Amino acid sequence: MPDVQSMVLEFVNKLRKRKIEGSQATARCTVELLRSVISHHRVPHHANQASALIDAVKAVGAQLVAANPVELAVGNVVRRVLHIIREEDLSLATAAVAGLDLLDASDDDEDVNGKGIGYTAMSAAVVAAAARSTLRPPSLQTLLEGTPESATVPYTSSSGADSESKTADKSSITRKLKHDVIEGVNQLIHEIAGCHEQIAEQAIEHIHQNEVILTLGSSRTVLEFLCAAKEKKRSFRVFVAEGAPRYQGHLLAKELVARGLQTTVITDSAVFAMISRVNMVIIGAHAVMANGGVIGPVGVNMAALAAKKHAVPFVVLAGSHKLCPLYPHNPEVLLNELRSPSELLDFGEFSDCLDFGSGSGSPLLQVVNPTFDYVPPSLVSLFITDTGGHIPSYMYRLIADYYSADDLVM
Amino acid sequence: MDARRGPLAVPKVRRVGFFTSIEPSPDSPRPNRSLSGPAEAITTSSSPLSDSPSGQFISPVQIPPLRHRSDNLAAASRAAAPVPVPVPGPSAFRRQLASDRALHVGSYNPVDSLLGTSPPSSNGEVSEDSGSLFGFQRSDSAKLSASFPNGGFDMTMRVRAPQESEAKVVIASTSDGRKKNVEPSGTSEPVAATKPRKEKEQKSLKEKTSKAERRAIQEAQRAAKAAAKGEGSKRAGESSRAKPSKTAKQTQPKKDVPQVTSSLSEKRTVSVEKERRMDVPQAQMQYDDKSRVDKAKRRSVVEQTESKNKVELFLHLPQYERGNQLPNLSSNIFTLDTIHHAVYKVGLQHLAGDLSGDNSRCIAMLHAFQEAINDYTTPPMKDLTMDLTGKINGYVSFLIECRPLSMSMGNAIRFLKNQIRKLPVDLSEPEAKASLCSEIGRFIDEKIILADKVIVQHAVTKIRDGEVLLTYGFSCVVEMILLYAHEIGRKFRVVVVDSRPNLEGQKLLRRLVARGLDCTYTHINAVSYIMGEVTRVFLGASSIFSNGTLYSKVGTACVAMVANAFSVPVIVCCEAYKFHERVLLDSICSNELGDPDAIANVPLRTNTKHAKTMDNNKNLQFLNLMYDSTPAEYISMIVTDYGMIPPTSIPVIVREYRREDLLL
Repeated sequence: MPDVQSMVLEFVNKLRKRKIEGSQATARCTVELLRSVISHHRVPHHANQASALIDAVKAVGAQLVAANPVELAVGNVVRRVLHIIREEDLSLATAAVAGLDLLDASDDDEDVNGKGIGYTAMSAAVVAAAARSTLRPPSLQTLLEGTPESATVPYTSSSGADSESKTADKSSITRKLKHDVIEGVNQLIHEIAGCHEQIAEQAIEHIHQNEVILTLGSSRTVLEFLCAAKEKKRSFRVFVAEGAPRYQGHLLAKELVARGLQTTVITDSAVFAMISRVNMVIIGAHAVMANGGVIGPVGVNMAALAAKKHAVPFVVLAGSHKLCPLYPHNPEVLLNELRSPSELLDFGEFSDCLDFGSGSGSPLLQVVNPTFDYVPPSLVSLFITDTGGHIPSYMYRLIADYYSADDLVM
Repeated sequence: MDARRGPLAVPKVRRVGFFTSIEPSPDSPRPNRSLSGPAEAITTSSSPLSDSPSGQFISPVQIPPLRHRSDNLAAASRAAAPVPVPVPGPSAFRRQLASDRALHVGSYNPVDSLLGTSPPSSNGEVSEDSGSLFGFQRSDSAKLSASFPNGGFDMTMRVRAPQESEAKVVIASTSDGRKKNVEPSGTSEPVAATKPRKEKEQKSLKEKTSKAERRAIQEAQRAAKAAAKGEGSKRAGESSRAKPSKTAKQTQPKKDVPQVTSSLSEKRTVSVEKERRMDVPQAQMQYDDKSRVDKAKRRSVVEQTESKNKVELFLHLPQYERGNQLPNLSSNIFTLDTIHHAVYKVGLQHLAGDLSGDNSRCIAMLHAFQEAINDYTTPPMKDLTMDLTGKINGYVSFLIECRPLSMSMGNAIRFLKNQIRKLPVDLSEPEAKASLCSEIGRFIDEKIILADKVIVQHAVTKIRDGEVLLTYGFSCVVEMILLYAHEIGRKFRVVVVDSRPNLEGQKLLRRLVARGLDCTYTHINAVSYIMGEVTRVFLGASSIFSNGTLYSKVGTACVAMVANAFSVPVIVCCEAYKFHERVLLDSICSNELGDPDAIANVPLRTNTKHAKTMDNNKNLQFLNLMYDSTPAEYISMIVTDYGMIPPTSIPVIVREYRREDLLL
């Protein structure tokens, strides 16, 4: 347990110091951390096992999200894990209702308070209640039912003639639950790791011969996407906007050239000038909001506006871990992050102006260096996720598949 | 086209009158002759003439004699239909209108008419413009400058035949008109003029121009002559009783007859000389052609050597390696005495990138030309006008080699060439040089410095307390506006948006912060982040085209676009001398490419070396666009020396003002 705690702390620190870059890396780290949290979690015997797990994950998740609220992938992954727990719990419960023999068979008993298994103890009503509590979206009704439900747990346990058989049953369910959850989380990890390939597979459907593609910043997804098309013998030309203060575009261009793609690096300011000769804009998202809005590397909004102006398709690539179930409010500011002014200005030259301690009150000079940019859904032509292409207005529905409504607010 | 021009010209007429009023009414006879067609019309409809801008009118007509010629010819040819129509028209009013039109056309449309009617001349101009813009067309520009007179010449030649016929027609029509308003002088004059015309036609353009200039300069002499010629004066007085302007015109024709005859012999000799001179420019033109060829060769060579860096989309722009030229130039400096040292210095400054900003570049160039003109001495057996034009062409092509000229520089060069062309023939060399230098100085003062002051005055009215102003890059006009607004106590905040690779915004930022302005600095990618709090966007301009397209530092379009998306007004500050009658739709067709290495070198970053190592990969190119074009729809307002106008008014300004400024 202290082991997990230290891991969590370490990860939180990393997040806080922004040591982890990129939503994919963050997502993978988060999942792995949560997996170990789950596997190390000692499930209490008396309580609702699923909710205990959920609480534990939520607690860790809250820490992680607080550490870097802008990195939406953390919250997404935590919600995904919670969703997995709930789903597994539900499937277990329904399985219990359907046939309790299954439980029996898969039962493995290590800590045995009582070996006797009364499979009649679990009433269908309890299962149903559990299912309701795990999967029902938050509503006034759930809140109202919440109190009786908590009462039902002791009630059922007390109603059960022997408490021992009850706890044993619980523990077995817990084992099963934990096992399934970890399996689900592993799948999630696999999915996150493999989203590039999934997305890249669709490249051939979107890129034709002699296309001119503009991209901005550096995204592994975009790289794989373009290279997949290149491998399919499509020849096309790529314009890469350098992505000003961090110049990730140069990295991307280097990778693209290494894979034999014709690449032209342009300044970010030339995006508008070049967009009229571009067939398609492809960017990798930092996060996709539920309304279909995109948070991407800074400068993306400009490119999207220019693309809209010239009726150039604006395509966003996003792995499913980037789909955020939240609706943004003022995302340019609230979901943004300001980086060091040193990326824009040499401290030496303007240090006197930047100095806050110079008695004169507010400094004369402020340097704004945001990290992200928000693209409203109206500017996005298409999302390509690992499950296929979607339009912005459909994203909320897609996102609903991945998250349970209970977890939207963490 | 013709019909269009006719009406269009009318407004110009007023302008002309306005402008011309300054100039002396009694002018040399030549122009009138050249004007024959229009002049006749005018004379026939004397009352209308007088009605029209009167003395002022006349003077403008006379002022640009060369232009006149071509214009008149063009107008005549063009107006072949219109002229007769008005003449027969019984109503004097109609006639007057027609005459006005013809006059206007002739006097004012010179450029237009040239463009429209005479292909060579139009080509010349176009090429000049484009040449000034783009290095590759430099030869053209040189050509055109050299060829302008030629073009006019050709025009005259071409138009000749038709014109004469037209002139006859006109005469006939005028004769009809005469009956109504009988003016013998007018009719007789055209006839007389027609004879000399033929001879003149060949020489005509230069002479006329020279004459026109002469008139302006030698007003006093003319006046004396006019006085001496009692007949002319009398007639003028008679005819002009109603209006003095008439007198001037009439006197002109009469004077012309004697003067012309006397001057014809001179002119013949002059024409021979001029032909020689013409040869000189032609040689230059050939030289330019050669240079063009050379340049093409060089370009191809460049292509071979640095094809990796060439961006296919921009093969039409010069893509050369920086630094290649510098050694050439430095080696040439001793061998090439054709380039004046001041010009050479400016050229090197351009090459090295020490000069930035259209105004400063333009001023530096003009000052260099001033110096060069000061040090200029006309070679024996050569004409100052032609030779100096050739010189200037050489300088210009050299400057273009160093760096493609900006639109505004092209305009300034056109102005200078026009000034040279307008130089009176009989002006002594020191006088001519002095007048040229003063004209250049006047251009700088009026068109740039004073214009900036006016713009500042206008623009400051758009800055209110508590505003957040955004500006992009470095524009000296915008800087002046901001500083002035700060001086007069406006409380506002400035957002300076900058972009790689030039980071000109830092220069502006430094100056603003030094003056105590509250500044926010950011880069262009973050413009949509910062735009939410901005209330106004002030942009500088490199040029504005007549379709309202703003041609400015690359990134301006992005800023304007984002501002538009955020419903923030975009105010463009641009001196009127930067307006250009070309049209532009995108940023690809005309642009300038900067040093690609400037992009490859990334500051602060470890991947610099990546870029460096990848440098020789032919798949990797770096594109350093210098300009982009902002569609007019993003521009809310343009602040210029003529006031604050919408972008749709640019063509109007270009037509109504710029021509005159450049040609008169």
